[in-house]
Order: sequence, then structure tokens, then C-alpha cells
Amino acid sequence: MPNLASPTLFLAVARRLLPWLWALTAALFAVGLVMSFDAPADYQQGETVKIMYLHVPAAWLSTFIYAVMTLAALGTLVWRHPLADAAQKAAAPLGAGFTFICLVTGSLWGKPMWGTYWVWDARLTSVLVLFIIYLGLIALWRSIEEPGRAARAAAILTLVGAVDLPIIKFSVDWWNTLHQPASVFRLGGPTIAPSLLWPLLVMALAFTVLFLTLHVMAIRNEILRRRLARLTMIAAAEGDAVALSTP
Amino acid sequence: MIHVPHLGFIVAAYLVAVVAIAAMIAVVWWDYRELVAQLARLEREREEARR
Repeated sequence: MPNLASPTLFLAVARRLLPWLWALTAALFAVGLVMSFDAPADYQQGETVKIMYLHVPAAWLSTFIYAVMTLAALGTLVWRHPLADAAQKAAAPLGAGFTFICLVTGSLWGKPMWGTYWVWDARLTSVLVLFIIYLGLIALWRSIEEPGRAARAAAILTLVGAVDLPIIKFSVDWWNTLHQPASVFRLGGPTIAPSLLWPLLVMALAFTVLFLTLHVMAIRNEILRRRLARLTMIAAAEGDAVALSTP
Repeated sequence: MIHVPHLGFIVAAYLVAVVAIAAMIAVVWWDYRELVAQLARLEREREEARR
């Protein structure tokens, strides 16, 4: 049986998989955008509902990516999986990017709908905290030179930061917030009309496949970066050996 | 001409998303190209050192 944790196998699988993932991403975005712009205006939000087709998928991804990182952190600390810390490190900038899109598009929706770009509401604040955690993790990886120590420190911080995920999810239930409660993933089923829900789901799938594609590419970069570091050390050692053997 | 209320906010949101997604793709792609080039250069230098 092939070793599925092998970086060499991952590189081979990534090379074959990436063209298909890019094609699927492009197709899903094409269909999703056509459906979004073809969807009717909301009876309260009007055409501003179009912003939701970006904001909601980005919001889902911001927490989904952190959940992936939390699993990878467990993989680093508990199972010591060789690709776990690469997966975690590769996901953080993408998580920050999608959280940024979520915050900015939400703000641009908030001004015409709520009359303000920002309120210190529990949902908005907890998502802002998530964005800061992503930035903190990126900074932590850059500040520790030894990769093993950096991975362990980042894994611990990731696990501590995971406490923000249930706060984000349930903030609209636990506190009185200006942000609306869940309208898709709820016990009684979605409260959104199918004509608005389907474009949203297709866009969410497009965003998710885009993340998956970029994540595979970024993990591949991490593997290459390690290979480069190892080869640089070997080359330096070989250079020293040559210098010592030269009379 | 059809008047769409808050059109500026909708266009701005899509522009921000496009720029942010394009930036993420560009950064990951550029990083890959740099790493491949550095690896190739290192391999070449090692080969030359061996000769």
C-alpha cells in the first residue's frame, strides 16, 4: 500500500489533480455568478442581496478553514503526521484572505442596509478576532526559525484559538446582535427562498473548491520549501567537506 | 437606463472579492515559481561543484 503521508506521493497526486481542480473551480464560478446575477432581488434588501453571494460563502470558509487548521494542529501534536504542519501553515494565509473578504463585503452590505459600515456586535467582533488570530499565526510561523518548534507553537495557538469557532457560530443566539441569526444551516431548514438559496449554495461550493485548489498548491509549496532548505544544508555540508579535504 | 439602488456598494464588494482572490492566486503561484527556480539553481550548482 502506498504511504499516503509521503510528500513525494503528495507532489505526484497534486500534479495530476490540480488541472482538474482549476477547471472545476472555473466552471462552478461561471455557473454560480450567472445564477447569482439572474436571481431575483430580495423583497427587503433589493439588489444588495447580490453581495450575500460573496459574503456568506467567504464567512463559511473563514470558519471552515480554521476547522481544517485545528484538525491539522491535532495531526501535528498528537499523530505527528508529516504533512499536518505543512497543511496548517498553508491554510492560514488563505483563511486570512477569505475572512478579509467576509469582513469587507459584510461592511459594504451593512452601510446601505444597517446605515453603518461597522458595529461592535458579537458576530462581527468574533469574526474580526478570527482574522487577528490568522494574522497572529502567520506572524508566529515567520518569527520562529526552527520549523519543528514553529509548527508546535502554531499548533498550540491554533487549538487555543479554536474556542472562537463556537463563539462565532452561536454569537447570534447567545447575545442580542444586529447580525441576523442562521438562515441556511438551522434545525427547521433554510428560511431562504429556493430562487435565492441555489445561487448561494453554488457560490459556496465554488469558494470551497477554490480553497481546496489553493490549499493543495500551497501545501506543495511548503514541501518544496523544505526540500530547498534540506538541499541547501547538504550543499553547505558538501562545500565544507571539499574545503577540509583541500590541502 | 435601469436604476439599481446601492449599485456602488455591490460593485465595490465584487471588486474587493476579485482583487483579494486574484492576490491569493498570484501569491501562491509566484511562490511556486520562485521555489522551482531556486531548486533548479541549487541542483545545477551542486552538479557543477561535483565536476
